[in-house]
Amino acid sequence: MLTLKNISKTFNPGTVNEKTALTGLDLHLDKGDFVTVIGANGAGKSTLFNAIAGSFLPDTGSIILDGQDVTFQPEFKRAKAIGRLFQDPMRGSAPGMTIEENLALAAGGGGWLSHVSKAEKAAFRDRLALLDMGLEDRMRQPVGLLSGGQRQALTLLMATMVPPKLLLLDEHTAALDPGTAEKVLALTESIVREGGLTCLMITHNMSSALELGNRTLMMDAGRILLDLKGPRREGLTVDDLLRMFKENVGKALDNDRMLLS
Amino acid sequence: MSLSAMWGLAQTALELGLTCSLTVLALFLSYSMLNVCDLSTDGCFTLGATVGAVVAIAGHPWLSIPAAMGAGVLSGFVTAVLQTRMGIDSLLAGIIVNTGLYSVNIAVMGGSSLLNMNKTVTVFTGLKSLLADTPLAGTQDLIVPFIAVILVIVFLALFLRTRLGLAIRATGNNPDMVRSSSINPIFTTTVGLCVANAFTGLSGCLLAQSQKSVNIDIGSGMVTIALASLLIGQTFFGKGSIAKRAAGVVFGSIIFRLVYTIALRFNMPAFMLKLVSSVIVIVAIAGPYFKTQLPLLRRRLAGSGKEGR
Repeated sequence: MLTLKNISKTFNPGTVNEKTALTGLDLHLDKGDFVTVIGANGAGKSTLFNAIAGSFLPDTGSIILDGQDVTFQPEFKRAKAIGRLFQDPMRGSAPGMTIEENLALAAGGGGWLSHVSKAEKAAFRDRLALLDMGLEDRMRQPVGLLSGGQRQALTLLMATMVPPKLLLLDEHTAALDPGTAEKVLALTESIVREGGLTCLMITHNMSSALELGNRTLMMDAGRILLDLKGPRREGLTVDDLLRMFKENVGKALDNDRMLLS
Repeated sequence: MSLSAMWGLAQTALELGLTCSLTVLALFLSYSMLNVCDLSTDGCFTLGATVGAVVAIAGHPWLSIPAAMGAGVLSGFVTAVLQTRMGIDSLLAGIIVNTGLYSVNIAVMGGSSLLNMNKTVTVFTGLKSLLADTPLAGTQDLIVPFIAVILVIVFLALFLRTRLGLAIRATGNNPDMVRSSSINPIFTTTVGLCVANAFTGLSGCLLAQSQKSVNIDIGSGMVTIALASLLIGQTFFGKGSIAKRAAGVVFGSIIFRLVYTIALRFNMPAFMLKLVSSVIVIVAIAGPYFKTQLPLLRRRLAGSGKEGR
């Protein structure tokens, strides 16, 4: 489904601000994989997402999405196959436009000069009702009036309106209160499961990283330290994960030390 | 002052307001929707005026309208390419195009900075002879811009609800969202600026033809005047449907001209127009800002009094 081969990225090369964000990263996702990604700040998680989505061109390597090499494809073209949510709930919808208009944009379809049909509006209503937030009765209100949680739920709906081949969730519940975060997470799970979507989700919540999905990646210093799936992942606790994290970071450091000495 | 003289003044204000409101509608699209402050407006307005005049003088009064609009599209396209594909800041792109258009405009007028259309058949004189024996005789100066404004409002109301129109609005409303979506912001910005500048060109063309002359300064300060009208309109009709808001900015343009006409009656010299429009823009933008600062100021004053800080 998604294959990353030897992806590297260094920002500001040759300056004092040089920052190596990804180093020779390889990753393969199968169709229907729901992968959670954990790692400390600066580990390269968001950079990995940016590379997949096409926000920048990686220095080395190639990205193959659904059998097609998309390494050189601009971001907006890839976005047809990739749905994306950010931590900031304000980032995924246009506040000055109505809920209906935002959904119409997300739905795409039709020609550039086509209007939104009645049937489509009815479909939007049904989809909104799934959120159970009463938004289906507020379709003509501007999105700017919604709360952060409602906006993030709406963004999730928009990103999955046309089922994407790949869904990238970048800590999409981190800015929400615990109750709302739980709701949005449950919604995410049901949408991903029902659509059979392939999904990558960054989270700082170790327990949800283990509970959700079928695979967990641990990143550090621009590479994947641990790739947990199948029997190795089952029955794993947060403590196990933390211990593994420390051990592996130590090992990586030792490796570096060996290389440098 | 007699009633008929007053009506005469009001009619002039209405004609000018309607003609220039086409530029206001252009800014409604580029400034309010696309969130691009298009500073090439002055030059584009003059370009529409010169191209329209030259085509009309050549004997094609009706062709002058599509020609002026086409010239506007071209100008908007250049501005858009500069800011979307060449890494030039959007304000600077407008200024550069505006400067370049000065030479282009004089070139269009054949090296002169003034063209006279006293004996030219224009859209206005054409309609005048058509209306000669009807009850509407003599109202062509009002009817032409009125029809144009109605058509543009209808177009905008329909266009901004299409998928392309929604994409243009989203580009202005949340660029972050658009950048990570399947909308190509380069495309939407380009289309938006082309369409907006077509209206600016049309506006210039109609003003020149109704005045029966065009000079190189016809568009100078137009962007500020149009912004002032836009902001006046938005304070009255800032919310609601696109059609209502578009009609609102036309209303703003007419109000602006009426106020200006009244000010002229009180012996304000005509050269004050541009200073007045500048002040209106400052007040309209700074006003809401100071309003948000007011509670802070009030608490500070109250606090320093009571707590002796």
